[in-house]
Amino acid sequence: MSVTKKDIADLLVEGIGVNHNQALSITNDFFDLIKAALASGEAVKLSSFGNFIVREKSARPGRNPKTGEQVLISARKVVTFKAGPKLKKETQLGV
Amino acid sequence: MKKTDLILSLFNNSNLSKADAKASVEIILESLTQGIVSGEGVEVRGFGGFYKKHRKARLGINPKTGERTQVGEKHVPFFKPGKSLKEVVNKD
Repeated sequence: MSVTKKDIADLLVEGIGVNHNQALSITNDFFDLIKAALASGEAVKLSSFGNFIVREKSARPGRNPKTGEQVLISARKVVTFKAGPKLKKETQLGV
Repeated sequence: MKKTDLILSLFNNSNLSKADAKASVEIILESLTQGIVSGEGVEVRGFGGFYKKHRKARLGINPKTGERTQVGEKHVPFFKPGKSLKEVVNKD
């Protein structure tokens, strides 16, 4: 079972002694603040975790894999995540 | 935006003390890390998901010496942006 906002909120209830509603609103704020920064084009750098960066992709010709039809994929922005050394190392060790 | 900016915004948005705002950010980041590391994955509706991906062992080339070396298999953290996050970065 994957970790969800509810699981994160439960940990906040335990960790800092807020009630469930407050914990859920902190969790929502956390992700909304990151999202808002990214929406304005700003990178979010969280030390000991990783960096979220907005990258500009230029338009390119693509193909609809179902029909084989050629279409132009428009220029757009995408969010990429680059894990920091600590997260990479822990993932590798699989603790 | 850095971690300290995030903590400050969280503090301004709530009635938390600064210490609790900081602890909250650390707890959330730690739970994301645990979700990735354990292989369970993390799913946040509207934001995205964090997963662990497996990379097969491969023959790599040392770019400095041109020497061929074996690179072992490994697990790497991976983020997949959610639908709403994808939309919001493209709204100008």
